[in-house]
Amino acid sequence: MQEMMIAKARELLKSGAVQRVLGWKAGEFAYDVEPAVFESAQELEKSFVYNDFCGSNLSKYLIAQSRKEGKTLVFLKPCDTYSFSQLLAEHRIVRENVYAIGIPCQGKTDGETLKGKGFTGILSAQCEGDTFTVHTLYGDKTAARADVLPERCLNCKSKKHMIYDELLGEDGEVLDSHRFDMVEKLEKMTPDERFAFWRGELSRCIRCNACRNVCPACTCEKCVFDNDASGIAQKAAADSFEENMFHIIRAFHVAGRCTDCGECSRVCPQNIPLHLLNRKFIKDINELYGAYQAGEDPDAKSPLTDYTMNDAEPGIVYHRGGNQ
Amino acid sequence: MQNEMTTFKPKIVAFCCNWCSYAGADLAGTNRLTYPADVKIIRVPCSCRVNPMFILRAFQRGADGVIICGCHPGDCHYTTGNYYARRRMTLLFSMLDFLGIEKERTRVEWVSAAEGAKFAATMNDFVATVTKLGENKRLEDLRCKK
Ligand code: SF4
Ligand code: SF4
Ligand code: FES
Repeated sequence: MQEMMIAKARELLKSGAVQRVLGWKAGEFAYDVEPAVFESAQELEKSFVYNDFCGSNLSKYLIAQSRKEGKTLVFLKPCDTYSFSQLLAEHRIVRENVYAIGIPCQGKTDGETLKGKGFTGILSAQCEGDTFTVHTLYGDKTAARADVLPERCLNCKSKKHMIYDELLGEDGEVLDSHRFDMVEKLEKMTPDERFAFWRGELSRCIRCNACRNVCPACTCEKCVFDNDASGIAQKAAADSFEENMFHIIRAFHVAGRCTDCGECSRVCPQNIPLHLLNRKFIKDINELYGAYQAGEDPDAKSPLTDYTMNDAEPGIVYHRGGNQ
Repeated sequence: MQNEMTTFKPKIVAFCCNWCSYAGADLAGTNRLTYPADVKIIRVPCSCRVNPMFILRAFQRGADGVIICGCHPGDCHYTTGNYYARRRMTLLFSMLDFLGIEKERTRVEWVSAAEGAKFAATMNDFVATVTKLGENKRLEDLRCKK
């Protein structure tokens, strides 16, 4: 796939159809892959990669790139196309300046996870079916897919590309995922248990804001978390209240627009399962206002900018969810 | 301890929309209906003005319960404000519950300008509910406590 992508990118750069390529660049180690812009065939040859470490979602970078002169070629995995489509619906990306190529994905892992599983000297990794093969300095080793893939990939919601100009490889289907299982499990706990669970998670937050910075739904140029006057722009939470406040507001700001790409949880250095908060909103919206997944239908109205006369009253919260 | 329990008086913040509920509170007053003085009313132009952050902020500054009152659905002065507020608050309350914060500390009630009696009854009921729950511990900010 990587070779095909490089060939395609070279061709489009050469013909002048695109001025730059947004993709992933190799780092020092196989797992140090990062998003990058390539402007020449040499640069592509030198460091362009597409492998099982290319987890980052490139769609958010298009906000800046599509404002430049000329076209930008971008490679999008199925879940990234949800974000791309949502950003288009929100008029954040100049569509004419983007050439989007859909690429397949079997799930992406990361260095930390593999190292945590005891792999050292990692050269590359590859997923096929239920086995994950890691090529290391000490030979090939295998692991079960479920052991090395993050939750977001194990519960992938779709292998289907929502929007693209061209597709490399086969398109997949929207999957019947189990992505709400953990939310359901939490809902079944007592409020005390839930409170304890979230205190344990949220109290680890160091307010690095990485979750906000990476999120393709968080694209305001001026963010409340940077506004000193808002009282929540601290770079470290001074009190449990601030932790709760930050997380409620962060999740609420993307409610109805979150494409469930899972980037927030991926980048969190403290491994806080932020996606559970977003999924709680998605699940509630599905149950109360009808099935809706941001990024799926560019013409659908976001549930929070819409209403019906007969919507449930907020009191419904007293009767559902939780044990109490 | 016993004494402390019986003398606990919750602080309640009530966001009331200017056009209906605030007038409803006025009517309750002119009719000499009583409700606890611990209910602090904050007037807002419309229930839709209430940003989720207002509610969190009220808790931070020491509220034990927060109630939002607006015109009945269909009667909003701005036609649709309360329909949006209804969705927003439903999702917010559900999220608070998901985090393990007592859901009974938040409420939305539609009170028209003619419903002075409903306003007083709602406040009495809400204060009683929050009194039973006790002090807000889960969304408190110790720095704001005396
Ligand atoms: S909130 Fe998380 S899962 Fe949702 S769009 Fe943002 S980064 Fe992706
Ligand atoms: S990425 Fe993690 S640690 Fe950083 S602000 Fe977000 S939740 Fe907190
Ligand atoms: S004006 Fe009363 S709810 Fe909108």
